[in-house]
Amino acid sequence: MSKEKLPYFLLRHREIPDLDNLEVYRRNGGFQAFEKAVTQMEPTAVTEVVKASGLRGRGGAGFPTGLKWSFIDNKNWPHYVVANADESEPGTFKDREIMEGNPYQFLEGVAICAYAVQANAAYIYLRGEFWDLAARLDQHIAALEAAGLLGENLFGTKYSLRIYTHLGAGAYICGEETALLESLEGKLGQPRLRPPFPPSYGLYGKPTIVNNVETLTNVPLIIEKGADWYRSMGTEKSPGVKIFSLSGCINKPGNYELPLGTTFRELIFEHGGGIPQGRNIKAIMAAGASSSLIVADERALDTPMDYESVPSVGAQLGSASVIVIDDSVSIPWLIDKTTHFFRHESCGKCTPCREGTFWMSHLTERIANGRARREDVELLYDVASQIRGKCLCALGEFSIEAVLSGIERFRSDFDVAVGEIQVAAQVEQVPASD
Amino acid sequence: MMAKMVSLTIDGKHVEVPEGTLVVNAAKKVGVDIPVFCYHPKMEPVGMCRMCLVEIGRPMIDRATGQPLREEDGSLKIQFGPKLETACTTPVSEGMVVLGATEKAKAGREDNLEFLQTSHPLDCLICDKGGECPLQNLTMGFGPGESRYLYDEKKHLAKHVPLGELIYLDRERCIQCGRCVRFQDLIAADPVIGFSQRGRSLQIVTYSEPGFDSYWSGNTTDICPVGALTTTDFRFRARPWELRAAASICNHCPVGCNLTLNVRREAVSGGKWVVKRVMPRQNEAVNEIWICDKGRLGYHFGRQNAERLKKPLVRKNGELQSATWEEALELVAERFQGVGSGLITLASGRLSNEDLFNLGKLTQSLGGRSLLYTSMAGGDLTTQIGFAPGTNFADMGKESAILVVGSDLEEEAPLWWLRVRQAAKRGATLIVLNARNTKLDRDAHYSLRFPFGMAAAAVLALVNALSPKRPELPESIQELARSNELKGAAKAFAEAKDAVILFGSDGMGLAETQALAQACANLLLTTDHFGRPNNGLLGVWPRANDQGAWELGWQPSMNLPADLAQAQALYIVAADPVSDDPAYLNAFDGQKFVVVQDLYLSQTARLADVVFPAQSWMEREGSYTSGERRVQRYYPALQPIAALPPRVESPGTRRAPLLTGLRAELDGPQADFAIPAYLAEKLGFEGFAHASASLVFARLAAETPSFSGLTYQKLAEVHEQWPIVGRADMYYGGTAYENTQGLGAQLALAQNGASLLSWPQAADFKLPKLGGIAFPITRLYDRGATLMHSQLLHKRIGEPYIVLGEQEANRLKISQGGFVRLTFTESQQSVVVQVKVDKNLPERVVLAPRSFGLPVSGPTPVELKSAG
Amino acid sequence: MLAEKYAQEIQTILAKYPPDQRRSAVMPLLYLAQRDKMYVNREDMAEIAEILGITPTEVASIVGFYSLYYEEQKGKYHIQVCTDLPCALRGADRFMQELCARLNIRPGETTADGLITVEPVMCLAACDKAPMFQVQSGAGLSYYENQTVESALALIEQLRLDAARKRGRDSHV
Repeated sequence: MSKEKLPYFLLRHREIPDLDNLEVYRRNGGFQAFEKAVTQMEPTAVTEVVKASGLRGRGGAGFPTGLKWSFIDNKNWPHYVVANADESEPGTFKDREIMEGNPYQFLEGVAICAYAVQANAAYIYLRGEFWDLAARLDQHIAALEAAGLLGENLFGTKYSLRIYTHLGAGAYICGEETALLESLEGKLGQPRLRPPFPPSYGLYGKPTIVNNVETLTNVPLIIEKGADWYRSMGTEKSPGVKIFSLSGCINKPGNYELPLGTTFRELIFEHGGGIPQGRNIKAIMAAGASSSLIVADERALDTPMDYESVPSVGAQLGSASVIVIDDSVSIPWLIDKTTHFFRHESCGKCTPCREGTFWMSHLTERIANGRARREDVELLYDVASQIRGKCLCALGEFSIEAVLSGIERFRSDFDVAVGEIQVAAQVEQVPASD
Repeated sequence: MMAKMVSLTIDGKHVEVPEGTLVVNAAKKVGVDIPVFCYHPKMEPVGMCRMCLVEIGRPMIDRATGQPLREEDGSLKIQFGPKLETACTTPVSEGMVVLGATEKAKAGREDNLEFLQTSHPLDCLICDKGGECPLQNLTMGFGPGESRYLYDEKKHLAKHVPLGELIYLDRERCIQCGRCVRFQDLIAADPVIGFSQRGRSLQIVTYSEPGFDSYWSGNTTDICPVGALTTTDFRFRARPWELRAAASICNHCPVGCNLTLNVRREAVSGGKWVVKRVMPRQNEAVNEIWICDKGRLGYHFGRQNAERLKKPLVRKNGELQSATWEEALELVAERFQGVGSGLITLASGRLSNEDLFNLGKLTQSLGGRSLLYTSMAGGDLTTQIGFAPGTNFADMGKESAILVVGSDLEEEAPLWWLRVRQAAKRGATLIVLNARNTKLDRDAHYSLRFPFGMAAAAVLALVNALSPKRPELPESIQELARSNELKGAAKAFAEAKDAVILFGSDGMGLAETQALAQACANLLLTTDHFGRPNNGLLGVWPRANDQGAWELGWQPSMNLPADLAQAQALYIVAADPVSDDPAYLNAFDGQKFVVVQDLYLSQTARLADVVFPAQSWMEREGSYTSGERRVQRYYPALQPIAALPPRVESPGTRRAPLLTGLRAELDGPQADFAIPAYLAEKLGFEGFAHASASLVFARLAAETPSFSGLTYQKLAEVHEQWPIVGRADMYYGGTAYENTQGLGAQLALAQNGASLLSWPQAADFKLPKLGGIAFPITRLYDRGATLMHSQLLHKRIGEPYIVLGEQEANRLKISQGGFVRLTFTESQQSVVVQVKVDKNLPERVVLAPRSFGLPVSGPTPVELKSAG
Repeated sequence: MLAEKYAQEIQTILAKYPPDQRRSAVMPLLYLAQRDKMYVNREDMAEIAEILGITPTEVASIVGFYSLYYEEQKGKYHIQVCTDLPCALRGADRFMQELCARLNIRPGETTADGLITVEPVMCLAACDKAPMFQVQSGAGLSYYENQTVESALALIEQLRLDAARKRGRDSHV
């Protein structure tokens, strides 16, 4: 892997000032890809290019984007595109930076996707907290309409497109694509049964493509520069660049746009400047609160961050929200944080997640606060195992990752917590709040 | 087209089911019970509770050849997934292997039950559901022996939350399966309860006014798999295992919902049997497993309360005084003798087939006239081109058309509303043709409005759009007649393979409904939609057995007040005309001999010379003929009121207490069919049975062509129904009772269609420039003598009111809840009444709910003035 | 009545969705209803139900499910501190506790003047800039990042001044 710094492709605003101005964006090649698609390409040809690029969904699941687009049901109309801007995974803050700094590239990606599946309406579902951001996106959309880049008969063709923003109101589960669609329909954000999947039964029961903000932001460059160019970056099975959100015990937290396959070591120690106060790295969570805890040994640090390699250290890349844990952090305290998060965010639809996250949070609270006994750790492990494989959606399934891996890989921290090993508490441990 | 069949094995049993069947249902069909909480066979699966987890294997396919891979022994190679799968969301596939009893599957269930029990209170001992509770049963069957959840970490929630005054919620017991919420949304179309909050705080709420505002709310207590939802009527009243079950039929409307009356003996009631609750009994051709709240909660009039008449009354010295049966029967026999054509017997469709048969026969023997007390005509047509045997709403779908005309169907016959709506959801073309907007319009493909008073003309307009023999149309209907919507509806109706018409009496009286029925008959005949299954005319009658009365030859008088006034003797049974319209008072001038037979001392009974106390339907046997022409038996649930202790035979579990035989000396109320038979005996007429309803029915069947061949045994026949409900596995279908006592039988059609094609009178009707016209409408919760005995419903019934349009209200400077003085132009009588505003009504229209004490039996001129 | 007060906004919101899918507008309309009072009362829910052709219960379900809607009145300004794992690793819990101590309230409570409610919330997608919080008021949501207790107190002082000025203005109308 070359260490040469690539130019920015997604966080281009870091190099080009005022990229959130339409004029500036257009001067830098903006909306040429969209125009090329609409005026020179068949919709399916657009999908083929994206398929060939190997772009995979950046929201966490890593599903091949072009393949998803090709699943759109052409026997049922109209079609919709929904951009998933519900960015809510603890440790993830990349979509917000894209939409703030480089909004037009994202909107162009939405537009190209909509053209590829022949949708005439696209919605951007933003988490409710992105209130200011939504207002700015509305202005950008208005600017696009004024410039004739959105609206009726685009570029003199028969193709028309409108983009609308829609604010959520504080529910992590709405990042799950079917819950998001329910929410957009004005209902409780609870996941639907799948199948059917959104490309055949989505918004208002119509074929719908739901893609993450970062995923869509890749699309204009792929159309402009071609699939081969995109495949020249990253790894064979995980081509392209990815934004890694780096947070936790780290000197330089922030977003880092790097090729997929960059190692944890490079991200944490070269780009992130290492661990504060000279402490030692203890664990890594690669996919936010939904992660397993990776024991940060030499092998793990040298593992490339791509969709295939991360499982070799017992975790998933997910949304690439890398939370760094140093040796001052007690793992029982940490999993108490994550279980409280999932308990708060469980939609309540399925039994194991609703009851299991609630039960786990009681156990982690007792363990973290030193009120537990050894059997509570066993019980916690049992309860987490009992949730596994039974939930309706990924939220419940991921709620146990940190718990199980924490107990399996950092057992001594639990022994300390239940008083079997006496060690002075080292870290600030404020009880988690609900 | 027959669905493709798929074969699979479930726990080693071979199953063959249609493609698309869910694993849980395929299992049920071969007697394998897969536990469920959120799944209900009447609703689409949601996969929420995760209770139905099973191991599922599928044949492995060779990617190269597309052929299934085989083991060495030649059997199919089966691949099992890493996870358990939900049987309720997974459709069957060819060669599938389902394992529900493996250690892995059982562990999955135990895990889920442990999760559910972390929140659920251990209050089975005081829970109304205890004894018929799916959670209790499944925990006993599959649950862990003890809980590892710390008791003091349990979430404590409100246990007595009224969702309105009819249904209570226990928040601790709720397991968030969502059955109630989905039922209200998808089946009742009243999404007035919902989930609030999320995660473990997810809870049921209602924000409607009144709370849980739906006619269907009681059904949620049947399908609730725990004791979270209970009716106020039954809550804390008895334990399920104390209850015996008697099969019955609801007598509030012409649907004929199959019921089970749950009874027990009570010391507080002097050791008598008492009805504790009314439950739905499955009949997939009638009410499926549902009943409306009127049927569930409106039974109290039939109970043995203090106001019931217990002995005959005879007027002596101007006062009604208790008398013996012998004395009363003697007197009536003596006075009826020789009156001949001066006798009018007036009876309502509240009575059974047997009652009406004996009453009619007695009247005929005396030379008198039998008149049906009703506000709706057209039964002469439904007996001829009504629903043919084999007709079932459940079979109506894409190839059917359903026209609902002149009816607010949910108010008049709730279950038909539910079933028509479901047929529309299955693809049947639904045409709603009314003067005003009703709930059914939401599901209509054609939602057509005719001017008030023009129902028959509107149906003729449909005929006009289709038939070469075009009836003439009055002016006011021309606009509708010319509309493309109407033409489209007419075409869809004509082209449908099968078509039915439901006609009601919304805004109409006898004359108008007669014309409407005639117009409907013409449409059916013109389009050849009669005389075969899933075709024909259905009257949305005001009473349960009106269709039976018509079948037995009873007809209404087109001028009842005049007929009554001219009669010399009246025998009024199960009717209270004086309460309905004070105009009838004129008939009771003291000159004629009046006999009233009823449960209570009604306004009319107070004017009688002799009053016979009748048994309520829950105290005796009988049969009703539903609007769909299905004859159905009901069975005694209670011992009749009598001074002598009854001879009780010990009833078996879930069986009715048996009636005692007839005693030598009459005492207490008697069955409505028996009293005319006693009179016949006194009068020396032959051929009357009074000993039992079955004997009367045998004679009825022998003497009435359309009943020919029917017997009580035949009415008691059952066959397997789907879904299977009411057995030990109540978690599947809920607590609706399995039907073991009879699905009834549909009547053959009378062979007489000759006079049908004469065109009805459809004169023009215009609203006046001054004053207004009051149109009678039917409200489900009426103020009739029967329903008012259900105190629980009083708040929902409300005080008398009329409905005005917004413009009319504005013109009168009146708003919702205000009062108007309503003066009847003809009689100049007036009444002050409350106003409800419906923004969709035109000016000059006044809707007057029937039974609310307003003398509006058909379109009636009125004048309105604000009364503050 | 929302329909009178926000007629234009309501039209704009409804225009975003297909005419037969008005229900989609329930969340934006609830934000509109929450603008003045920082909570949604039953009358507003009933009116929104009327506008959208759904039941008040269906509207109330939405209010209950989503954490940014309030069914009862708390402070005019909600200071919502992210205390999720990444922020907590950067001292967010201590920040919130100290802030509350300085305001003489406990987390979740409202200051005596009824103006400021401080509450912990789940991840706000600003993990690299903790301690951080958002201020939710009827007017919307704004982020405040890389905060100290002192900077937060200064902001609160400003909010109080704004509120006092607004009250003064209103009382002169």
